[in-house]
Amino acid sequence: MMNGKLRKQIGAIATWVLTFILMVIICVPGLWVVLTAFRPNGEVLAKPPVWIPENPSLNNFAKIFGFGADQVAIPVPAYFANSLIIALTSTAIALLIGMSGGYAFARYRFRFKNGLFLGLMLSRTVPGIALSLPIFMIWSRIGLIDAKLGLIIVYVALNVPFTIWLIDGFFRQIPKEMSEAAQVDGCTRWQAFWKIEFPLAKSGIASAGIFAFLTSWNEYALASNLTRSTDSKTLPVGLMDFTAQFTIDWAGMSAMAVIIIIPALILTFLVQKHLIAGLTFGGVKG
Amino acid sequence: MAEITLNNVIKRYGKVEVVHGIDLDIAHNEFVVLVGPSGCGKSTTLRMIAGLEDISDGTVSIGPGVVNDLPPRKRNISMVFQNYALYPHMSVRENLGFGLKIAKQDEATITARVNEAADILGLDELLERTPAELSGGQRQRVAMGRAIVRHPEAFLFDEPLSNLDAKLRVQMRTEIKKLHQKVKTTVVYVTHDQVEAMTLADRIVVMKDGHIEQVGTPMEVFNHPVNTFVASFIGSPPMNLLPATIRGTEVVFTDGKSLPVPTRLADRVRDGQEVIFGLRPDDLTPVGHGIAESGDSARLTLDVVLSEPLGTETILYTSIAGLEAQGKMFGPRDVTPGETLEFDIAMDRAHLFDAATGNSVRSD
Ligand SMILES: Nc1ncnc2c1ncn2[C@@H]1O[C@H](COP(=O)(O)OP(=O)(O)O)[C@@H](O)[C@H]1O
Ligand SMILES: [Mg+2]
Repeated sequence: MMNGKLRKQIGAIATWVLTFILMVIICVPGLWVVLTAFRPNGEVLAKPPVWIPENPSLNNFAKIFGFGADQVAIPVPAYFANSLIIALTSTAIALLIGMSGGYAFARYRFRFKNGLFLGLMLSRTVPGIALSLPIFMIWSRIGLIDAKLGLIIVYVALNVPFTIWLIDGFFRQIPKEMSEAAQVDGCTRWQAFWKIEFPLAKSGIASAGIFAFLTSWNEYALASNLTRSTDSKTLPVGLMDFTAQFTIDWAGMSAMAVIIIIPALILTFLVQKHLIAGLTFGGVKG
Repeated sequence: MAEITLNNVIKRYGKVEVVHGIDLDIAHNEFVVLVGPSGCGKSTTLRMIAGLEDISDGTVSIGPGVVNDLPPRKRNISMVFQNYALYPHMSVRENLGFGLKIAKQDEATITARVNEAADILGLDELLERTPAELSGGQRQRVAMGRAIVRHPEAFLFDEPLSNLDAKLRVQMRTEIKKLHQKVKTTVVYVTHDQVEAMTLADRIVVMKDGHIEQVGTPMEVFNHPVNTFVASFIGSPPMNLLPATIRGTEVVFTDGKSLPVPTRLADRVRDGQEVIFGLRPDDLTPVGHGIAESGDSARLTLDVVLSEPLGTETILYTSIAGLEAQGKMFGPRDVTPGETLEFDIAMDRAHLFDAATGNSVRSD
């Protein structure tokens, strides 16, 4: 009795401590980056390490955007625009394909369905970097190097298997009788999809969207190979602009990293409220 | 007027044929129940009527015209699904009004019709709730409300009560029957439960393995089953079916015990014919404990193995020729296991089926 209660309490505390340690491990590097964005470069490598910036300032950000005494000539607005265009376009396309494909896998029977599905998943087991040389060679033949379209195509290909898989799962959870009931109620198949199935799968589609956006937004390896100039360079590639031959501007890089993180955070927060799972609950049975 | 006609309707999935040419005429305002064991093709048949399943061969007509090529929305039917399939992201009011909204009815009409349906089904208090906030029985009611709101030509029900607990099922069964009397419309109702079929139907269609075995009123199907399948499927407890041989004017069981051939069937059997003797438990009753006098009765002395008192009657388990046979004792008294009783057998309600075909000798 007393013993059991005690054991339960110890268990609870252990869980809590473990969670805390895990969260620290996950959060500290990010926190370090954010803190570093507000300190002078000299403080970064100080020994012993300085945690809280002694004179926090916005100098690093000012430098990036070309204000203040010493400027870094990094075209952040151009990179930012490239990143946004590439990530949003590739996400939109990946979602469209993911929705059609996910719906087809969830609702229709067709030949080679399982093989096709497995193939899609297996394509994700190939590390992206292994594809960079073949993609580079093909892209350079057809003139897609240093073009936004080139990256958009690559990111769509990267994201489609996952969006199909995720969205398929969500459509599968919606009983097909809902769409049938709507059709009996007077809907065309198309109407039944948009009025019933789409709203119910919305949370899944939103999750897939966030995932695809973040993948494209943060991708570095392929982008660094396929981009050259402000025509197509994305923010993560732009981070490398802070490395000179002998020096690295860690503080500037951190400021830029913060700039990269902010839109991703905003998007995640905006979409988050759509991520309420289990909307189908209550539609069926008793 | 919406009679529904199925003409040699066949359903194939790939090469597998699961519904083998069904012919059925359903009259205007008739309540027809398709009943049969699970997997016999009831849902498939219903879904072909609804337009949710392609018709591989044959024709389905609703009202005057063949509807084979019409999508569900053009067939003017409504359907209640086994899992209700309410729209979870809409309130009860929106669920009910959805079909009318799609049909571009004006707000006033929608409100009036939704309120009318809510009234009939007692949903007035629930209109602003979402399906998640309803009990099983209430969801069932909303599903029916959604069906009646559109004033369709026909209602299709696919096992609408099978997700409810036993008590609620009986209650809703009665409500469906009342609803049909209120909202006169053609109904096709699918169930695997023969009690639902008996209690609800104007006419019962007994199906097995994609075939129709028998079509008839509940009493016809109960009193005159055309074969051993219908005989054992309809009625609870099921009819006793005992193999026997015709010897002259006797039905001789495998243990040598015998009964006279029922008088009305005497000219339907031939000497030496292998038969199945069918007798409902209601017609195997201890002397003095029957329901109705039989003009053509016989007697057997049997040992009671087990008894199950139900109050107004007691089910008696005995054995005839080594096979279990159930009898009933109306106006029961206590029976001890192993007790030997004299049983009245109502031969005018007994059945004979040909052992080879399983068909009733009456219908051959
Ligand atoms: N989509 C399908 N593909 C292949 N066979 C099916 C399909 N749907 C149903 N069947 C088969 O058709 C038969 C009839 O099914 P169904 O009409 O659902 O039976 P019931 O409603 O009487 O239980 C079953 O044997 C079932 O396995
Ligand atoms: Mg079924």
